[in-house]
Order: sequence, then structure tokens, then C-alpha cells
Amino acid sequence: MNLLSMFTVQYGITRLMDLLILFSFLAVIVLSLVWLERKALGRLQLRLGPTRTGPFGLLQPIADAVKLVLKEDIIPNESERVIFWMAPIIVVISSFMLWVTIPFTPDIVVENLENMGLFYIGAVGVLGILGLVLAGWGSANKYGVIGGLRAAAQLISYEIPLIMILVSIAILTQTFNLIEIVNLQHPVPFALIHPLALVVFFVAGLAEVGRTPFDIYFAESEIVGGPFVEYSGAHWAVFFLSEYINTFAIATLTVLLFLGGWAGPILPGIVWLLLKVYIVILVIFWIRGSLPRLRIDQLMAFAWKVMVPLSFYSVLVSAVCVFYGFPWWVLSIMSIVGLGVVGYVIHRHITAPAKKVAEVIARLQISENK
Amino acid sequence: MIHDNNGQTVDMMLNMGPQHPSTHGVFRMELRIDGEKIIDVTPHIGYLHRGSEKLSEGEQYHQVVTLFDRLDYLANFNNEFIYCRAVEKLLDIEVSERTEYVRVILSELNRIASHLLYVGTIGLDAGAMTPALYSFIGRDRIQTLFESISGARMMHNYFKIGGLREDVPADFVSSVNKIIPLIKRDIDETEKLLTFNEIFLSRTKGIGVINKEAAIDFGLTGPCLRGSGVSYDVRKTEPYSIYNQFEFDIPIGLDGDCWDRHWVRVQEMHESLRIVEQAINKLPQGSVESPLGRRLIRPPKGEVYVKAENPRGEIGIYLISDGTDKPYRLKVRPPSFCNLSALQVMLKDAWIADSVVILGSLDIVLGEVDR
Repeated sequence: MNLLSMFTVQYGITRLMDLLILFSFLAVIVLSLVWLERKALGRLQLRLGPTRTGPFGLLQPIADAVKLVLKEDIIPNESERVIFWMAPIIVVISSFMLWVTIPFTPDIVVENLENMGLFYIGAVGVLGILGLVLAGWGSANKYGVIGGLRAAAQLISYEIPLIMILVSIAILTQTFNLIEIVNLQHPVPFALIHPLALVVFFVAGLAEVGRTPFDIYFAESEIVGGPFVEYSGAHWAVFFLSEYINTFAIATLTVLLFLGGWAGPILPGIVWLLLKVYIVILVIFWIRGSLPRLRIDQLMAFAWKVMVPLSFYSVLVSAVCVFYGFPWWVLSIMSIVGLGVVGYVIHRHITAPAKKVAEVIARLQISENK
Repeated sequence: MIHDNNGQTVDMMLNMGPQHPSTHGVFRMELRIDGEKIIDVTPHIGYLHRGSEKLSEGEQYHQVVTLFDRLDYLANFNNEFIYCRAVEKLLDIEVSERTEYVRVILSELNRIASHLLYVGTIGLDAGAMTPALYSFIGRDRIQTLFESISGARMMHNYFKIGGLREDVPADFVSSVNKIIPLIKRDIDETEKLLTFNEIFLSRTKGIGVINKEAAIDFGLTGPCLRGSGVSYDVRKTEPYSIYNQFEFDIPIGLDGDCWDRHWVRVQEMHESLRIVEQAINKLPQGSVESPLGRRLIRPPKGEVYVKAENPRGEIGIYLISDGTDKPYRLKVRPPSFCNLSALQVMLKDAWIADSVVILGSLDIVLGEVDR
């Protein structure tokens, strides 16, 4: 295929239209996510969430967006202006680029990279870190620097298990093509075949998008927003946008890789996909509503001592099963065993303080009875 | 990260506060950090200094109560209580039994409200948003009750020297009895969300440890001292008012870390509820008028020191009278200020993220620290 002949004017216009449609679609999705998060979190916290803007507060995200755009855009004097300007653009472009190859159904996709869909996702997903570090450094703020470095440490550590899970999926399916991966899940979704991979992928994904309990690089109560601390107005809105696009991407990938994608009876594929994605996103919001935040050292220990070995184990069992041609339930047993062992170890580890606490209470009750 | 002129790495200074969401007001910490570890901390106070002690020297005895409302603004009734006791001791007068009961009930309810707020803020400091909103349900019930009694949700100005401003409303007993089980449920709900959460445990257990001896040396009081395992509570050791008539326990921790202080506060809420339950059933009839009537107060020359157990610890008041209608000198020993003094030791070698949790576990109120 001659590369030059591909880039005709007509081709360019079609692609541009595709990207515009994708962008508006993602913008609508982000608006819906903002509303959903505020509403779901509100309900979890016994509040109503937004009610004043339109029916059920549906117009709240639009009001938010207008407010953010109209706000004064402050650029600190000490900041590196170029870096300060570039950082949000890098972050949002990297999260947007991810979407080029993610299919909504076999037909609705900008460009299904046949031989390298998964590879592309693994490669592009890392780019956003650069923007975060630059944002922290460029804003000439110590909280920003700490946040940026935390982001680098956290995202790079959790990139490894994430990519290893993509590898184990590729080994299972023998393809990088996302559409084919979804089609291969037709009778049994990978969530049942390889539950360990689902868990590792979801947890690493949470860390990757900085969701509670891994919202460490912008921890509001410690470093007041980390890399975003000096940003305001439209610049901050761009970070906000990319955060939600990333959350949506992780949820969509979870659905595509493990929950059967658009497969489902009666309803059209896109409806099934969005339904599953929104359920995953609600789980993410639910976690945000109930858990405190980890500390940076605990986070790193968790990444390197638990997530990375688990992801290697996941690659290993998938490779063994594919090599010897075992039936799928052998893999799921191995996967569940791995999950169980690690789950038990983690349980032992994190309930150690709880046991100590129980001791304290027991001793106190003895002293009270005296 | 940062270099001096010779290319040597130097520690980074990180300024935390006074405009920081987790410094519980306008406290300022100057942290010297090496990466994520805190090497040293210099605390700065005084951003909320209003000169309360000096101001009281220019006010008549009755008027000083309003200043005490504003010291520890989360425990208004407790503060009014101790000031009134100080002046009553100076005047050597007895207050009616009904007054004592109402004062104790309101003070204990205020303690619960204050601790509930603490549970919410420690959750926020550790990164959990939801406990704050759950704990405010219980706090709101209490404050609505306070509003029905004193007309204000904070800054009640309700206790008067020798009595109360006016008698409690007719449905006082029934409304307190009504909210006791509700508050019990609220405390349990809030606590379930936080206290035994594994992430919360790993964030607070073994963090900010201060042992028994050091805690006593620093003059820690209240839950901060009891968290270290010292069973000291002014209500038990030197019972004032009518506290010796009630049955309640003093919960203590063992390790003196953030979690122990948290646990002590949670248990204290239950103990306070026990006191309220006993007191409300025995609430006697009678007058709440001051035996002095509405006369201007001119205590005899002399000085007096009283102490009491506030939600944050032992508060003390040293009051000197020169025989006029205004105090000659009024010195407050604020629990928050003394508790804050241990911060430097606790923060040594902690992580940046721990600093807010440790500060949160000390549960300071800057209005009281700076006065």
C-alpha cells in the first residue's frame, strides 16, 4: 500500500469529521459523567446532589463548564509560561488519542488498528504522565512539584501491571485487535475465564486515573490539588475533561476486555456497551464514596509487592494454558487460586492492625470489669 | 531536588497554611522535607488571635460569657460552663440543682457534637469524604436541640453566672429522650464507615505515636492523653458540678497513636450519651434563676483557679478579682494549645500525608489556641 496515495483530500476530511464527532461524543459523555458523579456521590452521602439547574439538576455540568470558562485564567508570574500552557494540552491530547482505536461496536470506531489496537493503548496511555509532571514543575509551586513527582511515581508503577494484563489478554486471544477480542468472548466473557486479570486491571486502572483510594497525586487534604494547584478557569477545565475521559476509557476497556463488550440480547450493541460501562463507572464512584486515601509509600508497596507479581502470574498462567491447550476452566481455576492466595495474604497483612485493635478492646473491657 | 551553590542537595521547605484546607483553621506549619519525609516542623500560631483574655478585662462579669463562647467555638456550652463556675467559686454561691443538671446535659451533648465533627474531619484528612456528611446528621440533631433551647446554633450565651438565662423549654426532656437513640445510631453509622476501615487503620495505626511519659511531659490532656493510656479525666479525678452522681467509664488507648486517639473519642461519645441518659431521667424541678438576681456582680477581692474537662482536654481558668465589676486578670489554660505542643515530636520522620492526619487527630481549635 502506498502511503502517499492514502492521504487524499477526501480522506483527510472524512478523518477530521470522525475526530470531531468523537470529540463531541466524548464531551457529552464527560458532561453526563460529571452529573452522574455529583448525583451518585450525593446519594451515597445522604445529599440530593444538584437539583436547581433543570430537571434533576441535569444542566449542572453545563453550568459548571460555563463557570469554568468564564473564570479568570491566572498564570503565576514565576511559572514557566510555555510549559504551563502546554501541560494541559498534552494531558488532554493523550487521553483523547486513546479513543481513536477504542471500538463502541464493530461499526462505530474511528480507526480499528487491526494488528496493534492493544499495543497502541498501552503506548499512548503513558503519555499523560508527562503532562502532569510538566504541569507540576511549570507552575512553580512546591505542592505542584510534589504532586507531579507523585504522579510520575504512581502512574509509572501502575502502568506495568496494566500493560502486563494487556499482554496476558493478547496471549489468550492471540490478537491485538480489540474487535476480535470482544468477539472471542462470545460464549464466556474473560471476567469468568480470567478473574484475576479483571481485578488487577481494574485496580491498576483506578490508580492510573487517580481515583480514590489512589487519588494521591492531587490529594486535596495534603497537597491541595498537586499539579493542578495553580491552574484556574479554562486550563483547569481541560485537566478536568481529561480526567473524566480517562475514567471513561478505563471503564470502557474493562468492559471490552473482560465483560463481553457490546454483546447482549435484544438491545443494540452500543446500548449494551454504554450500560456496562456506566455500571463499572458507578462502581468507581461507589469506591470513591466509601474509602479513605492510601499514603504514597503504601501505594508504591502495593504496586510493586502485589500488583506487579500478580500481573506476571496472570501472564504466566495464560501462557501455560494457551501453550498446552487446556480448556478455559483450568485457567479460571488457576486464576482464582492466584487471586485467593494473594487475597489471603493481603487480608492477613491488613487485618494485623485490626487484630491488635481487638486486643486493645478486650484488655479495656477486662480493666473495666475490675 | 533543590541545590545550593555547591551543588549539594538541600532540604525543601514546604509551607503548609495558614490557607490550607487541612490545617483546621489558620494554623501554619513550616515543614522541612526530604522527598516525602518530614525532617522538621516549625509551627506558627497567632493568625486567629483576638485578644480574648485582654478583652475580658474590659467587660463586666456577665458579659465575659460571650467571649468564652468564641474560644473553643465547637464546645460553646463547655466553655460557658467553666467560666460561670469560676465566677461562682469566686462569689462563693451555690447554683440550683436544676441548673446543674441542665448544664451537664448540654455540656455532654456539646461534647458529642464536637467529637462528631472531629470524626468527620479526620475522615476528610485521611481522604474519605463521606464520614463528614454522615457525622453532621447527628451533629445537626444536637444543634437543632440547642437552637430550640438557646435560640442560637452556636455562640449560645445561655449559661449565666449563678444560673441559666431562662428555663429550658417544656418539651426539653422529651426531645432529649427522642434524640438519644437517634444520635446513638448516627455515631454507629459514622463509625462503621471509618473506624475499622482497613485503609483508615493503615493510615492511622502507628502514626503520630506519643508514649505515656512524653504525653504527660508535654501536658497533653483529654483524648490525646487518654489515647496514650493515661486514665486521667477531670470529671473522674476531681469531679466538679454533679459529675460524681453519674456512672461512666474513661476509655483509654494503649499505643498513643492517631487511631487510639480516634477510638477514645468515639467511645467517649457513647460515655457522654450514658451521662445524658442518666441525667435527663433525674432532671429535678426548680428554678434556674441566679441567687444574685440581676444585680451587677462585684466579687470580693481574690483569685481562683478552676478546671474542667472540655471535649479537647482540660481547660483551666485563673481569675483574679480586684473587687470591681470587671475581672482584673483572666488567664485561660486552653487544652488545644497544650496538645498542639506535642506536634513537633509527633511529626518527626512522618510522611507529608501523615502531617494532616496527625494534626487532625490532635483535634485543635485555633480559636482556643490563639485566644
